[in-house]
Amino acid sequence: MKRKLLLATVPLLLAAAFAGCGGNGNDTEVLTVLNYGKYFDPEALKLFEEETGIKVEYEEYESPEEMYTKYKAGSIDYDLLCTSDYIIEKLIGEGEALEMEHDDIPGYQNLDPSIIDASASFDPEHKYTLPYFYGTVGILYNTDEVNDAETESWDILWDSKYDGKIIMENSMRDCFLVPLKRLGYSLNTTDEAQLNEALTMLLEQKPLIYAYFVDETGDEMAAANASLAVAYSGEAAYAKSLADNLSYTVPKEGSNLWIDSWFIPKTCKSTENAKKFLDFLCRKDIARMNFDYVYYATPNTAVYEDLDEATKNDTTIFPTQETIANCEVFQSLDENGTELYNRLWKELKAN
Amino acid sequence: MNFKFQFKRQFLSGPYMAWIVGFIILPILMILYYGITDSSGSFTLQNITAITEPIHMKALLLSLKLALLCTAICLLLAYPLAMILNGLHLKRQSFVVFIFMLPMWMNLMLRILAWQLLLSNNGILNTVLESLGLAKVQLLNTSSAVVFGMVYDFLPFMILPIYNSMSRIGSDVIDAAKDLGANTLQVFLKIILPLTVSGVISGIIMVFVPALTSFVISDLLGGGKVLLIGNVIEQEFMQSMDWNMGSGLSIVLMVFVIASMAFMNVHGNEEGGAAVW
Repeated sequence: MKRKLLLATVPLLLAAAFAGCGGNGNDTEVLTVLNYGKYFDPEALKLFEEETGIKVEYEEYESPEEMYTKYKAGSIDYDLLCTSDYIIEKLIGEGEALEMEHDDIPGYQNLDPSIIDASASFDPEHKYTLPYFYGTVGILYNTDEVNDAETESWDILWDSKYDGKIIMENSMRDCFLVPLKRLGYSLNTTDEAQLNEALTMLLEQKPLIYAYFVDETGDEMAAANASLAVAYSGEAAYAKSLADNLSYTVPKEGSNLWIDSWFIPKTCKSTENAKKFLDFLCRKDIARMNFDYVYYATPNTAVYEDLDEATKNDTTIFPTQETIANCEVFQSLDENGTELYNRLWKELKAN
Repeated sequence: MNFKFQFKRQFLSGPYMAWIVGFIILPILMILYYGITDSSGSFTLQNITAITEPIHMKALLLSLKLALLCTAICLLLAYPLAMILNGLHLKRQSFVVFIFMLPMWMNLMLRILAWQLLLSNNGILNTVLESLGLAKVQLLNTSSAVVFGMVYDFLPFMILPIYNSMSRIGSDVIDAAKDLGANTLQVFLKIILPLTVSGVISGIIMVFVPALTSFVISDLLGGGKVLLIGNVIEQEFMQSMDWNMGSGLSIVLMVFVIASMAFMNVHGNEEGGAAVW
């Protein structure tokens, strides 16, 4: 999901910019791919180039909003894009996506039907997208200070016992989903009364908050600077790799299921090559390489079946079917919804 | 000096002019344009009057408060420091000035990130306090931490102009005052203070303006809880993608900056100090 790799992406972007200046003197085919930072094993990219002779111009970005601005600016014609559910929905709505014709991608058969089903919220007819990784939003907590039973509900984030020990998400929708779910509302609601109720709840919580973080959450939790954090499952898995006393759970009221997917933008020069790339990344060995590299939940069942039991049962990486059923995928907001959210967000931060 | 020679000399400023036009004047014009139009491109003042919304007013007032606080603390720290510095042996002076400049060679982000580590709950400061048997303090992610970071970052901008104006005071002037019977306090109040006003004023501007418009420091040391007007503008551009609103608020902020500089300039001249800009 949203990664910190600002430092890593800068040289890459520079390299890409300079590569663009060079022009294409020879006739080798080029595939321009845009993806989240650190979201594809570079070795796998090399393999693709060797096997197909197609050169990959690989670019990275940090946040979906940044990607959207970059794509819309239109200075580079991308052939393939990977991003988050609600941004894809927005782009499909704007007519930016081409139909994928999954029959041409044999590897598509490897993907978990339940995740494809869940994608219906942003791609109702399964025409445009191919899921890549997925995960949840939940509570990452320090087991020395918090007992497991307490984290079954979002209520713990309002417990004054943890004054100054709670980290909340510093991105609008991930932050609001917590009170919305606690109140039993949909996280896609644009109902003003419901959102105002959520805001009141967040304002009530604010004095207890250590900080609003996104990318810092994992490191801060590993350093034990806070006891509880709202975090992406991917961030949680990263934090757990740094410290043994951390655990992750998705509260019973439900949460967000996020699905990062590929789609072919209408700027694509060769859908054939794009599909070759998609089929390649669905292949068992390549999907495994990427799983080991990214370590988020893969919808690729061929890879999943081959994993050892411990990894399969690690609910931080692979949410249970129950959890998935209890979660909602974000839908993009209409203009009024966006405006309302922006206002409420500022209201939360200013008070 | 003939005409041709002068023309050639002006030609040399070409690259600089191109830079100014391309990277300062054009962007400002674009901000002005975005600021007075809405998303469909028609004229509106809504983006500018939006500053009166309570949320924006709150952010602006907080920014002003923190910037003033930061400037005052910098001044209180810098003036005596500059005096001490000025009293040192000449060789030592340049070494100490070098020490003050040294942190500025490092990237701002890195320095502020270092403060994050120092001030965090289990950070170095709290570890030291704990080992001394003292209570831990929660400094990080509060307004105090933001002021702290600003003071740390902008202090050299206050020290250097004051030190410069102080070092320009000839020792004969002070000797003369003493010869005529002035005591140390009188020398300070009647000679040193008036002659360093211009340095103090440029120091104040150089600290106040960046402190008012800063958003990185409040982001990193405020833990997302301290919303300054700079953060509001950043959010309008990056999150809400409302360039018009972001530009409108930027214009308001620019007015504040220009007003504070003009105010300082007028007062600087009244007191007989050198022009600042």
